[in-house]
Amino acid sequence: MFDAQKIRNDFPILQEKIEGKPNTYLDTAASAQKPEVVVNRMVKAYLEEYANVHRGSYFLSDKSTENFEEARKIVQKFFNAKKTEEIIFTRNATEGINLVAATYGAKNLREGDEVLLSRAEHHANLVTWQQWALKTGAKLKYFDLGEDGSFVLENFLKELSSKTKIVAVTAMSNVLGTIFPIKEICKKAHEVGAVVLVDACQYVVHKKVDVADFDCDFLVISGHKVYGPTGIGVLYGKYELLNDMPPYQYGGDMIETVSFEKTSFALPPARFEAGTPAIVQAIGLGEALKYLMKFDFNEIEEYESMLTSYMTDRLLEIKGLKIHGMAKQKGGVCSFSIDGIHPQDLAFILGKEGIGVRTGHFCAEPLVLSLGYKSLTRASLGIYSNKEDIDIFIKTLEKAKTFLA
Amino acid sequence: MSIETLIDDFSFLESWEDRYKYLIELGNKLPHFSDDKKLDEWKIVGCQSQVWIIPHLEANPIYFEGDSDAIIVRGIIAVVFEIFKDKSAQEILDIDVEEIFDKIGLREHITPNRRSGMQSMVDKIRYYAAQTLKD
Repeated sequence: MFDAQKIRNDFPILQEKIEGKPNTYLDTAASAQKPEVVVNRMVKAYLEEYANVHRGSYFLSDKSTENFEEARKIVQKFFNAKKTEEIIFTRNATEGINLVAATYGAKNLREGDEVLLSRAEHHANLVTWQQWALKTGAKLKYFDLGEDGSFVLENFLKELSSKTKIVAVTAMSNVLGTIFPIKEICKKAHEVGAVVLVDACQYVVHKKVDVADFDCDFLVISGHKVYGPTGIGVLYGKYELLNDMPPYQYGGDMIETVSFEKTSFALPPARFEAGTPAIVQAIGLGEALKYLMKFDFNEIEEYESMLTSYMTDRLLEIKGLKIHGMAKQKGGVCSFSIDGIHPQDLAFILGKEGIGVRTGHFCAEPLVLSLGYKSLTRASLGIYSNKEDIDIFIKTLEKAKTFLA
Repeated sequence: MSIETLIDDFSFLESWEDRYKYLIELGNKLPHFSDDKKLDEWKIVGCQSQVWIIPHLEANPIYFEGDSDAIIVRGIIAVVFEIFKDKSAQEILDIDVEEIFDKIGLREHITPNRRSGMQSMVDKIRYYAAQTLKD
């Protein structure tokens, strides 16, 4: 049963006062707070079960390896991937995208090929492909979104062609909140022979990721955005593709045999996990996903969709306020501007009342500039958010207006 | 206004609301830049808002002009200018701005090692001041 208050109690930081005010955390899209079980699991791993993985044959090393590989299994189950070998631990989503670009991209992109992105990509996706397009001579293309920020199939198909080799697209925009129809995008991309990399950083927080249903080729997430620790992310890749990719980094744990002259590399996922991995962070991520799997994702979606509508309605009551991104398919993110008020000023005032929102271009500078702004304010929701958060937020926005208008 | 007066003025303001109102008031007294002064050359990198600082290093004492598109930030610029007013380059380098911001209850705006924020503006002013000492 989905009990919002009970869930909130799982996150001790939300019980803390910020400058004497209730902690109104509306920046989950930047990074989510952690449930106590995740922190406790990591503490246990460090205090009772810690050693390096894949190395020794003694109790602690075995235990640590078992926990680490168990985390991989949890991710596999959470993503509905076919094999655990399709789950690669990275530092974060940015590293996952860089890994694919530097291995699959470098191997397969030629002059005249095209990489297709939406106009709403995070810098992690945009800058990486922009730079690899420059390196390989491939052309970077973008498809436009609708006026309200929604995905428009015709716009996507207009840019998609047999020249398209890679489609790299977010499943949910971190600025506009737009949910992208990944399954349909993958189907169309595959018809022209392109592979699809999905940036699911925002999507995974709010909706069920199912790589089998999506039929995507690659998918990345960051652990810290999905109630897990920092320093850990996941790259999912179809095994046939991974198996055909060269290593990303060289070092220990990714080899089969080494001589002074040459090295043969291990199979995936080890091939892409050079060096000692973020062991305890991976275990923490596993625990975060286990925590999420306790809930029915439909109920999470329903609750968050109710809250998003509530926040949208309440925001629109404010005179001069405009929400950027009003797609019908939208997750719990509202980026907005208020006539005559600078987001930085707004954030200062909100901060004094214990409210955490994000201002700026949210690592999607070209998108925010194309909306006609240098900076916006963004409020974003998580599983622990509630109506009181939004009420405090709206009340303080009104108060801020009396200062700043 | 001296630094002491500034600290004194703020000390009478108990709530953050009053401090911010006063800060905004101070900012309102700062002349706005015309567009031809809002050059990238004068822009401070690392702020969430746009901030421009123009140094006048030939003047004696050296002084600065500044503007921002955010009004609280204009207030912070005004406070920083007040602190550095009629000071020599060496004094600008030596004054503990962080301590003064702490005393006037605006500590959150000047935090060393913050990647964004007003600290980069103070760092830039100190950089300009240091330039004059090199010659």
